[in-house]
Amino acid sequence: MKRDIILAGVGGQGILTIATLIGYAAVDRGLQLKQAEVHGMSQRGGDVQSHLRLSDRVIHSDLIPEGRADLIISVEPMESLRYTSFLAPDGWLIANKKPFVNIPNYPDFEAVWKQVEDLPRSILIDADKMAREVASARAMNIVMLGTSSPFLPFEPTELEHAIEFIFARKGEQVVTQNLAAFRAGRAFAEERNLAMH
Amino acid sequence: MKRMLLLGDEAIAQGALDAGLSGVYAYPGTPSTEITEYIQRSKEARERGVHSNWSTNEKTAMESALGMSYAGKRAMSCMKHVGLNVAADGFVNAGITGANGGLLVVVADDPSMHSSQNEQDSRFYGKFAMIPVLEPSNQQECYLAAQYGFDLSEKYGTPVMLRITTRLAHSRAGVECADPRPENDLTLPTDKRQFVLLPAIARRNYQSLLGKQAAFEEEAEASPLNSYEDAADTSLGIIACGIAYNYVMENYPEGCPHPVLKIGQYPVPRAMVKRMLESCARVLILEEGAPMIEEQIRGLMDETYSISGRLDGVVPRAGELNPNIVAKALTMEVQPGMPQPELVQPRPPELCKGCPHIDSYNALNEALKELDPGRVFSDIGCYTLGALAPFHSINTCVDMGASITMAKGAADAGLFPAVAVIGDSTFTHSGMTGLLDAIIENTPITVMIVDNETTGMTGGQTSAARGRLEDICKGLGVAEDHILVVEPIRKNHEQNVALIKQELYHRGVSVIIERRECVQTAVVSIKLNKEKAAKEAEA
Repeated sequence: MKRDIILAGVGGQGILTIATLIGYAAVDRGLQLKQAEVHGMSQRGGDVQSHLRLSDRVIHSDLIPEGRADLIISVEPMESLRYTSFLAPDGWLIANKKPFVNIPNYPDFEAVWKQVEDLPRSILIDADKMAREVASARAMNIVMLGTSSPFLPFEPTELEHAIEFIFARKGEQVVTQNLAAFRAGRAFAEERNLAMH
Repeated sequence: MKRMLLLGDEAIAQGALDAGLSGVYAYPGTPSTEITEYIQRSKEARERGVHSNWSTNEKTAMESALGMSYAGKRAMSCMKHVGLNVAADGFVNAGITGANGGLLVVVADDPSMHSSQNEQDSRFYGKFAMIPVLEPSNQQECYLAAQYGFDLSEKYGTPVMLRITTRLAHSRAGVECADPRPENDLTLPTDKRQFVLLPAIARRNYQSLLGKQAAFEEEAEASPLNSYEDAADTSLGIIACGIAYNYVMENYPEGCPHPVLKIGQYPVPRAMVKRMLESCARVLILEEGAPMIEEQIRGLMDETYSISGRLDGVVPRAGELNPNIVAKALTMEVQPGMPQPELVQPRPPELCKGCPHIDSYNALNEALKELDPGRVFSDIGCYTLGALAPFHSINTCVDMGASITMAKGAADAGLFPAVAVIGDSTFTHSGMTGLLDAIIENTPITVMIVDNETTGMTGGQTSAARGRLEDICKGLGVAEDHILVVEPIRKNHEQNVALIKQELYHRGVSVIIERRECVQTAVVSIKLNKEKAAKEAEA
């Protein structure tokens, strides 16, 4: 078993929280894990990515080779497309629909969405909207984790346990909201019968 | 034994703590910052009283660590690669004085310049200072290298460099930790003149350092960080340094069919290299950084062996390695996924929404509007982003502190007005001495200190300048009526523009302190205050 995952977004959007939660579940399960992050200058509103590798065997490289990622999870639609060269032929791309516009030449939204939807295996979800409906706008990244969860080698309870543990110090309300966001995101994928086969 | 999920940086920090560290000295710099931050957050470090406050710059950090080593305790100094340029005087001479308590100099290089001005390879500095260099290949080795490095340092009475690169510094993995061992007691050097580098003593110490070189190489030959993994197919041999080893193994999931020499400790173990050169038809050298070993093996004109690497183009001359580059160098086929769609646009970093530097640059741009462009010398920090759209405000960014000194040089050449833009933390790091030069000659420059009351780019570390800027400027000798403090907010725009304009034409040194807290740290302090207030309300 191995899962090579590219997490993508814009600095400050919370991709490292997704990585932390998956990492927690992986350690709990006794899996090997390597997770390369971007710190420093790019965190100031630039494009950021994290390479997250899970395996039941030794993981050598901290970076995922091109053409080998099983999943791209992106909290921003254009950013999801930045890393398509990493995606394996049978890999899935899961992107949040809401564009984060902080550059003057951001492409046409419809064109970006179409590009994502035209991929053979992709999911486009308005995670911002869903997060607002079931929790708060800030739980967008946890909706994304929920939608991606059927593609991860964990039972939903294992990730929920991670959410409970990681958010515990922020109070019960934050835990409840994030659990709701996670379940809503997961339901979105399940209703469409989406999972890695 | 406990298992922890740690960044390479954090593994070094935990390793050093468990190896009996008494103090870490550092100035923040990507990708090295998290080493010191980890120790600052560590409960055990606090309980033991391990020193971990930030130093003013890498030179003061290096020298303080040397002082702690002089007193017999284990000390560590951490910096990014270009920080070692700042610390170089103390670093190289520490090779000559030698160490008393274990002394580890941790340098995090940034090949591909993710957050840096160059991609210099610190292993050259280690060779230059003639001290052992460790280059772990993974997080577990980072952890082990700390204790191993301290032991090596104490065994030979020498500083030891621990070199990592960005991808290891900022990548997380499971690490097995050992039980901690006690710190050293305070013990001064037996020879009370060992650290007095008067020529006669320095010559003696230098002979002693030269005398240790053979032993350093023997240590490398036997090091747990170096290994010769033999294999049947000797049509190719691979020398892989540091994390390059991982990229080789990634490409051979069932094991490498060729002999692999993994190098994680220097000086270069020549016997191991010789074995590879003599048993393999061709040798590929993979180094995360400059072609240091490759140049050494090639020599000036030796063509005895068939060698590939960065110098013959088999590996790109610049930039970090990755699994694909290594696969290509091994003549394997790489099958990338779909190319990036054309509609994807670059997304460069930018100043945060509400950042005080935005207001500072808007005012400066307007004040300079009537003048020819090209007169703003800037520095290293978030405000370097003022070079990009929409500001295009600055014309230089070279090294810590170079804004003031370059403005001075240009003013000496006749450029008037000339402006320096420097952050508060960068100013205390390396700007103050340059300002003194300008004051001594009454050079007509306008120095804008963009004071966001923190070290912003690296994540909001305490700035040595906080609460001291006016006093420092006064103390250096700036005329009091030319030390002006303004608040960069939109509502003050007109008056700030007028004030900058007025100071631009002053025929001497003037300092404008643009003071408003970084929006990132402001959010954190608001949160902390709220929590504090809530706690007090409960009590």
